[in-house]
Amino acid sequence: MLECLPEGTVEHTIGKINPVKTCQPIGAMYAALGIHGCLPHSHGSQGCCAYHRMHLTRHFRDPVMASSSSFTEGASVFGGAANLKTSIKNIFKIYNPEIIAVHTTCLSETIGDDIPNIIKQAEIPEGKRVIHINTPSYQGSHITGFAGMCKAMVSYLSQSDGTQKDQVNILPGFVNPGDMREIRRIVGELGVKMIMFPDTSGVVDTPLTSKYQMYPDGGATVAEIRDAGNSSLTLALGSFASNDAADLLQEKCGVTGIPLKLPIGLKATDDFIMALKDWFGVEVPKSLTLERGQVIDTLIDTHFHYQGKTVAVFGDPDHVIAMTEFLITMGMIPKYILTGTPGKAFEAEVNAMLEAAGITGSRVKAEGDLFELHQWIREEKVDLLIGTTYGKYIARKEDIPLVRFGFPILDRAVHPLMPVVGYRGCLRLIEQISNALLERRDRDALDEDYELIL
Amino acid sequence: MEDLCTLPAGHAAPLSERDRSIMTAGRSKTAIHCADDSLAGSVSQRACVFCGARVVLNPVTDAAHLVHGPIGCASYTWDIRGSLSSGPEMYRNSFSTDMKERDVVFGGEKKLAACIDEIVEKSHPPAVFVYATCVTGMIGDDIVAVCKEATRHHGIDVIPVESSGFISGNKVVGYRAAAIALMRLITPKEGERIEKTRKLNFLGEYNLSGEMWLARRYLQEMGIEINVAFTGDSTVAALKQAPGACLNLVQCTGSMHWMAMQMEKEFGIPFMDVNFFGAENTAESLRRIAKFYDDPEITERAEALIARETARIQPALDRYRQKLSGKRAAIYVGGAYKAVALIRQLRGLGMEIVLTGTQTGKKEEYAAIGNLLDEGAVVVDDTNPAEIERFLTEMKVDVMAGGVKERVLAYKLGVGFVDHNHDRKECLAGFDGAVNFAREVYVTTCSPVWKYLKVPPEDQHEVQP
Repeated sequence: MLECLPEGTVEHTIGKINPVKTCQPIGAMYAALGIHGCLPHSHGSQGCCAYHRMHLTRHFRDPVMASSSSFTEGASVFGGAANLKTSIKNIFKIYNPEIIAVHTTCLSETIGDDIPNIIKQAEIPEGKRVIHINTPSYQGSHITGFAGMCKAMVSYLSQSDGTQKDQVNILPGFVNPGDMREIRRIVGELGVKMIMFPDTSGVVDTPLTSKYQMYPDGGATVAEIRDAGNSSLTLALGSFASNDAADLLQEKCGVTGIPLKLPIGLKATDDFIMALKDWFGVEVPKSLTLERGQVIDTLIDTHFHYQGKTVAVFGDPDHVIAMTEFLITMGMIPKYILTGTPGKAFEAEVNAMLEAAGITGSRVKAEGDLFELHQWIREEKVDLLIGTTYGKYIARKEDIPLVRFGFPILDRAVHPLMPVVGYRGCLRLIEQISNALLERRDRDALDEDYELIL
Repeated sequence: MEDLCTLPAGHAAPLSERDRSIMTAGRSKTAIHCADDSLAGSVSQRACVFCGARVVLNPVTDAAHLVHGPIGCASYTWDIRGSLSSGPEMYRNSFSTDMKERDVVFGGEKKLAACIDEIVEKSHPPAVFVYATCVTGMIGDDIVAVCKEATRHHGIDVIPVESSGFISGNKVVGYRAAAIALMRLITPKEGERIEKTRKLNFLGEYNLSGEMWLARRYLQEMGIEINVAFTGDSTVAALKQAPGACLNLVQCTGSMHWMAMQMEKEFGIPFMDVNFFGAENTAESLRRIAKFYDDPEITERAEALIARETARIQPALDRYRQKLSGKRAAIYVGGAYKAVALIRQLRGLGMEIVLTGTQTGKKEEYAAIGNLLDEGAVVVDDTNPAEIERFLTEMKVDVMAGGVKERVLAYKLGVGFVDHNHDRKECLAGFDGAVNFAREVYVTTCSPVWKYLKVPPEDQHEVQP
């Protein structure tokens, strides 16, 4: 496998080989699914919409609905205004959503369609909404598109009525519905009222009931997103995915925003809980203290399984940053840390964590690809690979165990339902990491070294 | 909120334009309306030109496949094809020029040329396919000129694939773009001569789950060699020998019919439609191939093979037929050829086909499908989830055959599902494939899990045992 990649280190400076990112529109589509009763709309060629739906469906194993402006050559020459107006009319007539969330594609961006103006001219039934974000595929990544759609929710929907309510806005980032459920549970345990948007729990993790709901029960309602303007605090989880929306909430509605890491790992979960405790003056309930204690207990029970092992971690920036912090907590050595999303802030943040931990000799890169990561690993091997399904080629070629983490995971199931955030998420990650290393140890052990108790 | 639980408008008022894309076998007087562009705003299951070109070409195993455009087009098509290789793995890498804003503004030709240089110098592929995408088509990058220059410079085939997505929402147009690229690759250069042989080419066979390998075993047993398949498990060198074949078999007619006609015109190779899905189809195809060779020994060996294999699989098929008899099936696939194959196979398992649809079928193909089906069965062109839901529920379907987007929808409705697309992991061709297919249909139709599914009284229908 992959023997066609050149041996040794070669310079790779242009284009991408085996990317660790995809384009903005799919992120915007995923975020839009986190609004209740929303039909995401892709303003461009049909292929884009089909690919995004397919990709999301392969990851979540749930139906993903979205419509397309179905550009043809004519639209590309004369502009897509007519297509978008017809789309909006057709969508409300056929699919009847509460709200349409329009995102663009590289095609409509290149043509230069003026989306806000087109929306103004469109027939929108009373009480229905159309929001939009420009998502040129040739900038940023899927995370940028996700962040953009979150920001569009604020700019179109959030309003301050002049009174601040004792409630928190949570921007959860590009995480699985299982993670969103867990965040909701933790905030609930703390007794804080919250508005989470987007919220794809109940949308792409629906039960099988023999009844198909085009608009499942989940998702943040338009009313909730509106009311986010009255909250006293916003927690932006993951700076790449959530900061833009939090900043706009602060600017537009005066809601204080605190940027945090995704609550993945012990320290990031502590920070998340403490931020809520400090702001709202609530007590941390015994139930959460117990969970935290169990995590520390487990870390000590298992530390000799993984401490000192080297890791290559890749994926989306917010995930990778939080995971790097947790690996440091676990006493592991993040050796190669790479994201495909552009942004120097990624490198700065990761390097600062490594420096604080006294770890030297690691390589950190934003806007990298798996060709490059593979080259690094060939130069000096690591004990463990953590990342998306796309890591499986390197894992096989270099015979390194892979812990699947992030988006997309296309070759395993159940992951969208199982949180990696919070203290319970810590336990899951510890189990996955330590099992991966122990399975390898068992596999490699000679008969005389094969042990019952590990 | 209650009324949002189903599809209010979708049920009551499908756009009247869609009515022409739906017909009922034995009842509709007019022909089905198809190959239209999808309605703006529809939740279509269709893709684009790039997608069509990519699925046809990507199985060329030792070529580098470079997507010239922003990253998405390369990311979404990275190794999703499921075609297997007996050797090179080059095609499983994803190469993209990763166009940025400045490339869109100032043109991407230089970056494309640099990417080709890097790939050729580092990985030494025997050929590079360069795919155009929406943006590169829109800004007018001259990929033909860049490829020509790169061909001259590197001395290998660097072949442009004119697959800008917006040209059409119909994958068939992309199949054509791929066929043009393939013709460019296999047409002998001046002074080159390809020796004629008694071997055959197998067009429209992509070696999903090793299906080409199985067909090759059958043909070998008959004394016939496959020259090269288009494009499953093919290499650039093998494809270049394609003009030397004496016959072209065409399996996926949608993607390769035009290619076969071109090869007949250019190289004088006759072609024959074959179908290796289902035991009946396989036997019929093997007989026709034997007939072409007009060699009593080949015919004899073919008959021996068919008799042996048919007898071998019959007990297994009978077992599944017992379990599946009377169940109701729906089909929604890319092309008509596959739909026809599935109709025959499901019917062979004693099932009733109540719904058939394709993304890219042609008028005459739909007429053929309509004639195959029982009265009352529904035929649709380019359907959408709302219609699929409506039909699966109203027609009390037990199992559906389709692709990735239909799978999860069918499951949600409590309907079994069998993948007959890129995501299939079992060989479904030939005699062994017939048994595998029957097993897949049985497994999903008769999963023990279904009985735990509580069905609301109002739409209680025959739930799978």
